[in-house]
Amino acid sequence: MARNLSMKDAINEALDQEMTRDPTVIVMGEDIVGGSGSPGEDDAWGGVLGVTKGLHAKHGDRLMDTPLSESAYIGAAIGAATCGLRPVAELMFLDFMGVCFDQIFNQAAKFRYMFGGKAETPVTIRAMVGAGFRAAAQHSQMLTPIFTHVPGLKVVCASNAYDAKGLLIQSIRDNDPVIFCEHKNLYGHESDVPEESYTVPFGEANIVREGSDATIVGYGLMVHRASEAAETLAGEGIQCEIVDLRTLSPIDTDTVVESVENTGRLVCVDEANPRCSIASDIAATVSQEAFGSLKAAPQLVTAPHTPVPFSPALEDLYIPSAESIADAVRKTMAP
Amino acid sequence: MSEVNITPVLMPKWGLSMSEGVLVDWLVDEGAEIAVGDEIMEVETDKIASAVEAADAGILRRRVGAAGETYPVRALLGVLAPPEVSDDDIDAYIAAYEVPADEGDEEAAAAAYEFADTAAGRLRYAHRGDGGPALVLIHGFGGDLDNWLFNIDALAERARVFAFDLPGHGQSTKQLADPSLAGLADALQAFMDAADIDSAHLVGHSMGAAVAAQLACDAPERIQSLTLISAAGLGPEINSDYIDGFVGAASRRELKPVLLNLFADSELVTRSMVDDLLKYKRIDGVQEALSSLAESLFPGGEQSAQLAGQIDASELNTLVIWGSDDAVIPAAHAQALNGATREIIDGAGHMVQMEKASAVNALILAHIG
Repeated sequence: MARNLSMKDAINEALDQEMTRDPTVIVMGEDIVGGSGSPGEDDAWGGVLGVTKGLHAKHGDRLMDTPLSESAYIGAAIGAATCGLRPVAELMFLDFMGVCFDQIFNQAAKFRYMFGGKAETPVTIRAMVGAGFRAAAQHSQMLTPIFTHVPGLKVVCASNAYDAKGLLIQSIRDNDPVIFCEHKNLYGHESDVPEESYTVPFGEANIVREGSDATIVGYGLMVHRASEAAETLAGEGIQCEIVDLRTLSPIDTDTVVESVENTGRLVCVDEANPRCSIASDIAATVSQEAFGSLKAAPQLVTAPHTPVPFSPALEDLYIPSAESIADAVRKTMAP
Repeated sequence: MSEVNITPVLMPKWGLSMSEGVLVDWLVDEGAEIAVGDEIMEVETDKIASAVEAADAGILRRRVGAAGETYPVRALLGVLAPPEVSDDDIDAYIAAYEVPADEGDEEAAAAAYEFADTAAGRLRYAHRGDGGPALVLIHGFGGDLDNWLFNIDALAERARVFAFDLPGHGQSTKQLADPSLAGLADALQAFMDAADIDSAHLVGHSMGAAVAAQLACDAPERIQSLTLISAAGLGPEINSDYIDGFVGAASRRELKPVLLNLFADSELVTRSMVDDLLKYKRIDGVQEALSSLAESLFPGGEQSAQLAGQIDASELNTLVIWGSDDAVIPAAHAQALNGATREIIDGAGHMVQMEKASAVNALILAHIG
């Protein structure tokens, strides 16, 4: 039956159910059990924000704490994936991925292609993304565009608990490397989640709100900001349609284009920095495929082209707000 | 005060999660004479859109709710009263009306769906009504107990109503021990055992009607009467595009056109309905359950079970209800039963119990006596 579950608990449940279903699923990462020497009891740490809490007690040594060397254990996870396991590697903050780019970009992403389809790499790399956690410039980035850029990787970023569970199960069952981005400020966000295992397919955007005047496209936390903006705008008589991309690679441009064909206006929201972002990618695609439908120039609402500031006041300004999204929509409505 | 002669028209409550609805439009003008079952307004929730049928007769003296506005459940939307009631009394009634506090808090809502561990596995069910005979509602292929959203409360006024999810469906176990009609009838019997129901009036829709009929053949002593709605099992034809499309659809784009087959009024297929069915189809085990059922019950695009002769032979008191515009199973199949009362409802499709709920409820209540 469905019950209200936080995104954090939904991710935990997805890992638990897939480990139960498939003995080849293993989980590895820094402090995911509870730190060096932990007895692995229920009170162990379970990851930096406790997402894997309780799993070690159930699944024992199929969860392992790794040394503080991302390059080593991400490489090990990718190698294990090519040899028949389905590892889920947790990398705490996506920002740290920089030290293992070769393993991810040149190895995992290329195996299927370079071995003529004979090699599969069913690895899932989970990592926290996003600002607003007062965690400064090296723990707050939204680096989704970097991974989306690389062919051979799949990139996921859920906005709610239901999608997070279904997308993570899909990621684990998928035979390609998946970068699974978890917005740290959505871990507490609750929605209806079925107890049973289920999947949400890749490349299928979700229309979370229907409207006829403007299309707002986003993912992750930005879906919630867009919803707030849409609520405000509805009071002004402007009906927004909100498209939650859910997966960035593959990306469901069909749904976006169809929506813009109805509304004629497009606002792309991205917590990432503006250059070569998901927002600019969507704007380019729509401009090419639905130019005739556009009644106004597409608007982009993104973080500025700066690192994430540590000052709380500046950090709050850095993240696209509901008000800035509403302003962008109003701009598209101007005669 | 003539308040006693004033009957309110309220925002309905469809299902446990509904707290408010949009009054999309009025379908009748002020001053219109309204009969029970007339469609008086269109209401839409985040789950479903439907015409609201009048539960009471009278003259619509006042439209209180405005089209396009959102109102809480049980908000006053209109006033029925005979001509002798003065406008002042109606104004006073409207001014004094307060939306009753929602007695269904979250705990009550959670308890309203229950689970029974049965010989057929864990089955979800809903139970309404305290008195009268037992009545069991059995949904169709790919459906669940919410297919009876517009029926369960009305029927509960005269019966102890149970609606459950068949194995492979809704929130019941997705394990199907036996994907045949006999297997599903066993599950129905297992549910009745677990719910302590010795015998009941059975009301089945589509495949659920065939399940009810199968149990009537297997264990007639447990059945007081049969109501077969848009029934499977009464003829060979079935819309195989619907069955194959429902089983095969993997996306909203694929599923929506398939669901249009279910209703005479295509407006009733909301985005939320499509999304909820997709969520169901994406649960582990559902695809296998639906495929094995389709293969067993509708092989090669035809219905494998033909039960009309057995139902007639059982001499059970049987009512057959069909929508005239059923695009899944032809309404002509109603003719297969000689001993049954047959009711064809104009302008309704396969989901006639949703599209013409008041009429269907009235027929069932009259049938069970």
